[in-house]
This record gives sequence, C-alpha cells and structure tokens, in this order.
Amino acid sequence: MISMLEGSKAVAEAVRLCRPNLVCAYPITPQTHIVEELSRMVADGRLHAGYVLAESEFGAASIVLGGSAVGGRTYTATSSQGLLLMTEVMFNIAGLRLPVVMTCANRAVSAPINIWNDQQDAVSIRDSGWIQLFVEDNQEAIDTHIQAFKIAEQSMIPVMVCMDGYVLTHTLEPVEVPEQEKVDNFLPPYNPSYRLDPNDPFTMGSMVGPDAYMETRYNMHNDMMDARLLIERVARDYEAEFGRWHGGLVETYDMEGADLVLVSMGSLLGTMRDATDELRREGLKVGLLKIRCFRPFPINAVHDAIKDIEVVGVIEKDISLGLEGTLCSEMRSAFCGEESPDISSFVMGLGGRDITVDEIKQVARDLANNPSCRVEFRGLNEELIRGDEH
Amino acid sequence: MEREGRIINLMEPGHTGCAGCGQAIAARLVIRAAGSNVIVANATGCLEVYTTTYPRSAWEVPWIHSLFENPAAVASGIEACLKAMGRYDGIKVIAQAGDGGTADIGIGCLSGMFERRHDILYVCYDNEGYMNTGYQRSSLTPFGARTTTSPSGALSWGNVTRKKNMPLIAVAHGVPYVATATPAEPRDLMRKVQKALQIEGPKYLHILVPCVPGWGYESEETLELARLAVETGLFPVFEIEKGVITKIRKPKERKPVEAYLRPQKRFAHLFQPGNEHLIVEMQQIADENLAIESGPAVLYGTGGVAKELENEEEEIPPKAGSGG
Repeated sequence: MISMLEGSKAVAEAVRLCRPNLVCAYPITPQTHIVEELSRMVADGRLHAGYVLAESEFGAASIVLGGSAVGGRTYTATSSQGLLLMTEVMFNIAGLRLPVVMTCANRAVSAPINIWNDQQDAVSIRDSGWIQLFVEDNQEAIDTHIQAFKIAEQSMIPVMVCMDGYVLTHTLEPVEVPEQEKVDNFLPPYNPSYRLDPNDPFTMGSMVGPDAYMETRYNMHNDMMDARLLIERVARDYEAEFGRWHGGLVETYDMEGADLVLVSMGSLLGTMRDATDELRREGLKVGLLKIRCFRPFPINAVHDAIKDIEVVGVIEKDISLGLEGTLCSEMRSAFCGEESPDISSFVMGLGGRDITVDEIKQVARDLANNPSCRVEFRGLNEELIRGDEH
Repeated sequence: MEREGRIINLMEPGHTGCAGCGQAIAARLVIRAAGSNVIVANATGCLEVYTTTYPRSAWEVPWIHSLFENPAAVASGIEACLKAMGRYDGIKVIAQAGDGGTADIGIGCLSGMFERRHDILYVCYDNEGYMNTGYQRSSLTPFGARTTTSPSGALSWGNVTRKKNMPLIAVAHGVPYVATATPAEPRDLMRKVQKALQIEGPKYLHILVPCVPGWGYESEETLELARLAVETGLFPVFEIEKGVITKIRKPKERKPVEAYLRPQKRFAHLFQPGNEHLIVEMQQIADENLAIESGPAVLYGTGGVAKELENEEEEIPPKAGSGG
C-alpha cells in the first residue's frame, strides 16, 4: 500500500517493522521527528521496545552499546553535532563488534552553527568502523533500514544509514511501507553468538596491548572489506522479497556511451538524474554514478563503473579542509597505479545551500570544455568572500 | 562460590594490581557480596587494566568495559534492554568507576542513570586522583594533597579545593540508597552492597580506596590508612536512605588528622614550616565531617557554608538549604 509519509515517519515505520528491543536517542534537529515518532509508537503500544531518554548523544550511543552487549537489537538516530559527540562511542561500538543501527540525518557541522543539510557529519567519521549507506529518497530510506539490521547482524559491524536532513527527513513522499510478515521473513530475530549473560560469563572490552591490538584491527578491516559482498547480497535478497532495488554498493544511470560521469551520494542524485536527462537531450552524453555505500568504500565497483570514462566530476556536500571533497579523494583511490580518469572535486550545497539542475548542468558543460583535474566550490556568493586571500 | 566443582572468586587473584591496592580489595568484596547473577559495566581505569589484560581476565562474571566516562550509560542500556527482552529476572546490574570516571568525566552519564531511575548499583572507587595515568588531580583529590598536576612548590601547597560531594549529589538526584565505605571494614562494605542490591532503583556506593604509589605509603599500610581516614573524620562513613542519614560511623577514639596525613608522601609538604594553617584547615574539614548527625542529609558536606548562611539570614526555612 502506498502512503504519503514524511521521511522521518517513514524511517520510524521501517525501524518499528524491524522489532528493535531498545531505542535510545537524544533530540537534535533534523533527526527529531524520527525519535518523536518512535516514542509515540512505544507510548501507543505499536512498538514493544524499551525507549530510554538519554542525557546526551554520548549517553545515547553508550546506552545502545549496553543494550546490544546483552543481545538486544538496538537503534539510535542523530545528526551533526550529536554524531560528533557520539564519535568516541562509535569507534567503541565498532571495535566491540556490536551490530547497532543508526540513522544519521545529515546536517552541517559548527562553527558557524548551521542546522541545514550537508554531509560533513557522516563523512567526518568515516574511519570509525561503521558501515555507511547513503539513501536517495524516502523509499530507499525505508528499504535500507530494513537491510541495515540484516547487514549489521550478519557481519557484526554497526550500520549507519545516512539521509539528507530536511531534504528527506522533512519531506513527504509517496512510499510503500512493507508488511510486517514479509519483514519478519526477511529479518529473523537477532540471536548473537556472544552476549553478556550470567549463565555464561564473558569479558568484553579487554585491555589489548601491542601483542594483539593490530590483529584486532586487521580482522575488523578484513570483515569490513568482506561486508561489500554482504551488502550487495542483502540488497539482492531484498529485491527478490520486496521487488525494489536501489543499488548495492553503487548504482549507475545513463552510462550508455557517456563522455563524462558525475558522481554523488544521497538525495542530490534525484536532481542529478533530471540534469543528465536534459543534458542528453541537449547533446551532452553524461552518465551518473551513485555511491550508495561509502564505507566500506566500493573501490572495485567504482573502478569498473568509470574505468573507460575520461572525465569525472564528483559533486559533494562536504569538504576536507585543506585538500578537497572527501568522496573525490576516495574515488581517486580506486585507480592506484593505473591510468585514472580526470576526477575533479565540486564542493556544493554546504550548510543547506540549494543545488539547482542548472548548476549541475553547468558543472557538466564546464568539465566537457575543460576536463583537467581541479577542486572548485560552486554556488558561492562572491560578495561574502574575502577577496585578497586565495 | 563454587562452579564445576571448583571454588572460585568472582574476581580471581593473579591480576596485575599493585601489592596492597585498596581498590582491588574493595572490588573483590563488592563482587563477592553481589554474587554471580550480575552484569558489571566497568570504566576505564586501573581496575579495568589490571583485571582484563588480554588474553586474561580476572572476572568470573559477565563484565564489559567500554569507555572512561560511560559505565553508567552502558549499564543503563544493559538494564533497560534486559527488561525490554524479558530477561531481567533476578540479574543485578553494577556500574563501577574510579573517582575521575565518576565525579569528573563520567558525571553526565551518572546523572542520567540516576534521574532515569535505572535499577543499578553504581560503585565509585575513590583513590582521590587519576592514579592510572600517574597520580594527577581529580575533583575528589582532597584539600592540601600534592599530585603530579597539583604539585607543591614555592608558590603552591598542592590541591586548593575540597572534595566534590558525590554522595550528596546522588542524594540530590533522589537516589534512594547512598552509602560510603572503606575496605578496612569488609563486613560493613559487603553489607552495604547486599542492602543496596535489595533496593529497587539507582544506588550509589562510594568507597575510599588507598593507593600505594599515588598516596606514597608502604603497601602493608592500606587498611590502616583506610581506618585512619575514618577515625580522623576525613572520610565520613554513613548511609543515607531516601535522603535521611540513617547510620554514621562515629569513631570510638577520635584521632588528629596528622595521624592520617603523616604516613603519606602526598601530604609531606604540609609538615614544612609555614604550612601549619593547612593542617588546621584539614582538621576543620574533619571536624565538620564528624559533626554529621542523623537526619535530613541536606546540610552534610556543605563545608560550613550552610552554617554561615544560617547565621547571616535567620529567615531561611528549615528545608530550604537543599544541597548547600
């Protein structure tokens, strides 16, 4: 059945269908509607879960960590500053191999304080050991959350589902909320092989010295790399069960005979699809590469998708200050030791600045005229820039 | 207790704690009193390091260490999730940390645990400083103590602040059972653990644990120093139930603070000429502690401030001095 749902409510419905034992969060814009809706479900008896009101995001992450350690299916959601405050716990959750699932309602990071959308928050903690999946629309948000619990519990790696704040969280779209029975078939109850239990005492979180720490990290890295296959497989299984496919690790669009390819993550892909359609009609052959899985980074899939392309532009809503957009750097790593396409970084849409179809088309046209590798901010207001310091 | 025909300590010997470690003695008493049907969330610190250096563990109970500042939150998640899964029956949840993990970096998570009324016993092992990192000052370091970050020197006589009053902070959260103890009185300590675990809701147990290298004394003096801390009045031992002080350990023979200070290198500078006033001030702190009487806990530990207020403003109604 198709319903008209705000993105946040759609996510809450998906989480409810996954039957979490424990939900814990701390409110932060633009994540709030998700956790409000979940608390309402608990209050109404539609969701039978513990709901803990944390004193901070740091506390919320620690609380779901504890719940996961005793074998519960746990969920939290946050954004921006909240994610950064959770960072220490996030590394810990990943290291303890606890399959927590989180929604990150992507938002800019302070200072200056800004509550609007970009993706700096999630990108900044890419090394925490969490799988990071970016979704394009609210239907994908629903479907990816259901996949996320399965991926997390099969790999014992926590999963963060990233959805653009406001653009998705506060926007109503027609979505199909799956039936409970089908979700139950797809996602069996969580039954971990280890958990804190007085009947079988077990020490979790030991002090590990130079003799074994590195192997622990190596194992985590290997498992993260292996998770690429799992993510792909779970997406296929989901398609078989529910009939919807949003891509596995990456998805391509209009690649047939493309002269250049634009790359991005998240909701911007929708706008980019419109832009490439128009460009094709105008005679410029542009393809799209959607990065759905940012961690583990799908270097093989990226390589195969653009290896025959000469010019690539990465449009992203984050900046590694002092270098370039982070996704652009990752893209380049797919061509280590090989001839690489010219991959340029276009930093756009920071702090909620709108990115229009025309701006995307202009990026493509400019790349067609001048393919050389470069880093550019687009959509700047020249009047606000210090003129003498570039 | 016995498991598979073998007598076991729930916190086994063979760990790498210092000889004479007051915390190791106290932690073993706590878990012995609590029994095996527990789950323990432990903060980063000495106890975590010397009991769980991989691949060994001293713990015969399910035990988790996550971070320095979050055992209260991890325990909250454990308790809430066990309840939600219907697995809570009979399991006791204990969170434990040192003084820095409790009173400084972890106080936010602890406050959350208290106010949400989780059914958890929180144990603070107070050795009065960051001993695991090399004896730095915490907010539970006593007045006058020399630490590696509050050294004595030409312009300094060590730590200038009094101990943060953690028991009263717990009381202010409405924690129904708050108690202090030392390993010098093991039966008293274990009784308090068992009593706490009978009470539903958050419980706070604050244990003074002498630290051989951090305080600078001989390892056989641990229990004697713990005893002297109580007998001089510098560490008051009491129970507070529903906000009312119900039991206070009144020393039979009251000792001057010098008896406690002199064996410890961290107080050695207090005995240098010109520092006599500091010992006088420490005696005042001890006298205030020993003046605690049974009754509402609101005036305890206010460092004389409440008394001064009373003198200045006679209009204060009896219950308005909450928390000092």
